[in-house]
Amino acid sequence: MSAKRVIGTAAVRVDGMAKVTGAAQYVDDMEFGPGLLHAVLVESPHAHALIRKIDTAAAEKAPGVVRVVTGKDIPYMFGLYMQDRNIFARDRVRFVGEQVAAVVAETPGAALRAAKLVKVTYAPLPAVLSLDEALKENAVLIHPDLGNYLRVPWFFPRPGTNIAHWRKTRKGDVEKGFRQADYILEDTYTVPRYAHCPIETHAVTGLFDLSGRLTLWASSQSPYAQRGVMAVALKPFGLSHRDIRIVTPYVGGGFGGKAGVSMEIIGAVLAIVMKGRPVKLNWTREQEFMNTSQRQGVIARIKMGVKKNGQIVALEHTLHWDAGASAEYGANVVNAVGLSATGPYRIPNVKIDSVCVYTNMPPCGAYRGFGYSEFHFGLESHMTRIAQAIGMDPVQFRKRNAIREGDTLAYGAHMNPGNLRGAIDRVAKEIRWGKKDKSAKPGKAVGKAVACFWKAPAMPPNAASAAYLKFNEDGSLNLCVSGMEIGQGFLTVMAQVAAEVLTVPVEKIRVETPDTDRNSYEWQTVGSHVTWGCGNAVRAAAEEVKARLLATVARAKFLKVEDLYLADECVKSRKDRKFALPFRSFVIDGIMRSNGNFIGGPIHGTGMFMPEFTSALGDPETSQGGHPNVHYTVGAAGIVLEVDKETGKMTVRKAVLAVDVGQAINPELVKGQIVGGLVQGLATALFEDIRYDANGRLLNPNFTDYKIPTTLDCPAEIIPIILETPQPDGPFGARGVGEHTMVACAPMVADAIDNAIGIRLKTMPLTAEKVALALRGIDYDSVKGDTLGFCFRGKPCDYRFEVGGH
Amino acid sequence: MKDIAIRLNGQVRRLAVNPNETLLEVLRGKLGIKTPKEGCGRGDCGACTVLLNGKAVRSCLILAVEADGQSVTTLEGVGRAGPTALQKAFIRSNAFQCGFCTPGVVLAASALLAEKPAPTELDVREALAGNLCRCTGYEAMVKTVMAAARKSNRKRSSSRRSRP
Ligand code: FES
Ligand code: FES
Repeated sequence: MSAKRVIGTAAVRVDGMAKVTGAAQYVDDMEFGPGLLHAVLVESPHAHALIRKIDTAAAEKAPGVVRVVTGKDIPYMFGLYMQDRNIFARDRVRFVGEQVAAVVAETPGAALRAAKLVKVTYAPLPAVLSLDEALKENAVLIHPDLGNYLRVPWFFPRPGTNIAHWRKTRKGDVEKGFRQADYILEDTYTVPRYAHCPIETHAVTGLFDLSGRLTLWASSQSPYAQRGVMAVALKPFGLSHRDIRIVTPYVGGGFGGKAGVSMEIIGAVLAIVMKGRPVKLNWTREQEFMNTSQRQGVIARIKMGVKKNGQIVALEHTLHWDAGASAEYGANVVNAVGLSATGPYRIPNVKIDSVCVYTNMPPCGAYRGFGYSEFHFGLESHMTRIAQAIGMDPVQFRKRNAIREGDTLAYGAHMNPGNLRGAIDRVAKEIRWGKKDKSAKPGKAVGKAVACFWKAPAMPPNAASAAYLKFNEDGSLNLCVSGMEIGQGFLTVMAQVAAEVLTVPVEKIRVETPDTDRNSYEWQTVGSHVTWGCGNAVRAAAEEVKARLLATVARAKFLKVEDLYLADECVKSRKDRKFALPFRSFVIDGIMRSNGNFIGGPIHGTGMFMPEFTSALGDPETSQGGHPNVHYTVGAAGIVLEVDKETGKMTVRKAVLAVDVGQAINPELVKGQIVGGLVQGLATALFEDIRYDANGRLLNPNFTDYKIPTTLDCPAEIIPIILETPQPDGPFGARGVGEHTMVACAPMVADAIDNAIGIRLKTMPLTAEKVALALRGIDYDSVKGDTLGFCFRGKPCDYRFEVGGH
Repeated sequence: MKDIAIRLNGQVRRLAVNPNETLLEVLRGKLGIKTPKEGCGRGDCGACTVLLNGKAVRSCLILAVEADGQSVTTLEGVGRAGPTALQKAFIRSNAFQCGFCTPGVVLAASALLAEKPAPTELDVREALAGNLCRCTGYEAMVKTVMAAARKSNRKRSSSRRSRP
């Protein structure tokens, strides 16, 4: 009776055939007929300015133009967690590239030509382009109305300042902890902004039909969150959830950049204005860099105290984040880090201040890792340095302090299962930690490192999932969910969960991308939570289907439910080994009794899931008392890095990553996440290098100047390792993985550089240029010129972490 | 406007194009061919890859008028009689994730294998170096192309051997 397990097998991807044949449709592949209109935006050339006048007369008269829309027509704001983002700039612009107007025309060319004819008169304001400027007393305010914005109750903005949110976590007594310490290390680390760079840019087509129905076809990770945000923001148009439908076909990569809402709402309002005709808005690559969201830059001060025996006794971690012109999503990144910036370590005394700061740079938001990559750079670098200082092996030091199940987290809740120490051991063994490797090539040195990581989904406490599962006549099923297939293999994994319960082969379960009219609710596909959250909902739906299958057969055949079970797509009986009723024989048409009556009906089931144990209501001053995170996924990564002692050029010989996923529902897909995440993470560490000029203009919004990895930039060898300590509340024991695989990359590169050539870099990215300068004894910060990687100027060691002059 | 004729996936298609329209714009906008994707519009990403007379090119950098009288193959023209061995191998080994780069990658790899049936790993990496993929980290992709080449070479040499 032990059926073939589908969980834990490398089931073939359900979207495979569509993707390799090119049948998979992305938003811009959809046809809307000759009535389709095209929109092009007019964007701000200033980082901060008042809008004096917008003259649209010439543009309106241009050939092919149907309409020009500005903030006067659409004076509304939107946001996921806080309404601080304008659909169109109104009285002022807050970053270079902000949308000021849109031209809607019959062809893209006509729209583009007319957009150049819109004349905007600006009165420039002083731009806030450094964190200390933003935080000083009497700073120029980017959001003078901050106090009036709608927001969730767990954000703590400070009206009258540029602080969008301040997450404080306090555990134990840090001062006492530092007094007990035998050694204290304090230093500053910086991480600039990064760009997601999905190969598909954002795209949306909207239609507001004559019945008053708004449909959007969007490239999005979050159809339901989009519907929700729009229902709030577009209420002045008389719209509510029932009037809005979001359809999300395949998405060409998201990485957090397509979470929440960004440009889609512009498409929505243009469609509303152009009632009756579909309007298309596609982001160019340049806009993809400048006006969706970027990863926030951060400067972090870490003070850590340890005992001689290697026990960490206190941690003070202060982070100032460059959120850009709006923080509607980014403030939640800051929040997540404010709760979890201890890293995966047991530390009795903790003080974390994570401060979200508005600046006049493009808005930031979710990016794979959600703040954890950023704080791990400093924290894990610090871990190695402090181990070195007390003469302890950095790997042993990490194991000594590694978090364990049941440990009290910084905010008072308790740690879930997870085998961090096992992960460290596996990685250390794989890179032969402790054995010095030499390079066969002259002038090169080899360094090794092991770094740990952890990450929890950052979700509101009521982030929920639902699933609907229905049988077809041939015994196949449709599974309707609204998690998004962003490449990770979500659809396949959900099919596996249902297949496992129902003993149906995965290929007989059709799972399509979402449509909010037809598919069940899903909060968002973010935080690496959908396998866990939506997987629980799918399992519940499958259990309901199973119960109906059994009950139907029991009733029709006068049998007992307890005697029946599912196997090989049949209902079978424990009492009669020959009894086997194939699903396809009755799941729609029912079962005929001898009197000609039919028993049954179309069999379907629904499931829902909400993490009912969570709460965001911790004390604002300490974060104690809530239970903001559902679980952490832990792991470790290791690297063997070759460094050229002349040029600084680095080659990754080997990268290893071990992660405890609870249960790999599809191990091959988990490996795909490990390899893809490592390559993306190593790129942020080694060469992705965003640059703004002194006026806040992005200098490299393209793949020539902002280099992402190609086939020639990969590690020579990648070893993925899966550990499985079951998550009790996960579907078949699974917990999230996806973002985690980037998180340890930067610190392990920094440590490996140090291990190879004795140079400690504390400013990301860790480019060959920086290494070469350091090899010549030149401090990068003194020669870096006036381009910026985020809102930070000067030397990190001089930054005071002051707020309002204190 | 200029009248052009393109042999597109084996069929001659005649149409009028603007002299400044790219092949990518014309394929997607006028010919209903959607597998070449626009990722950058300036030759950086390879998502728009098509085969022009069998060679992999970036259709965003080629004017439609330049394709006049030429043969153009897109992914629509590749798997008509069912997926090719290479496409099947891509499915089996998860050589894609979001799939947006996949049409370009499959075409670039097919062009390589047509020209060099037994490529080295470096050959494969170089042939695909212009096709950006943000999801996979490339490993599965490169390994799959190598394995597919080995397999078709084995088939070819065994069929050669079995010939009298
Ligand atoms: S769209 Fe042609 S190379 Fe990117
Ligand atoms: S699979 Fe997503 S870009 Fe390649």
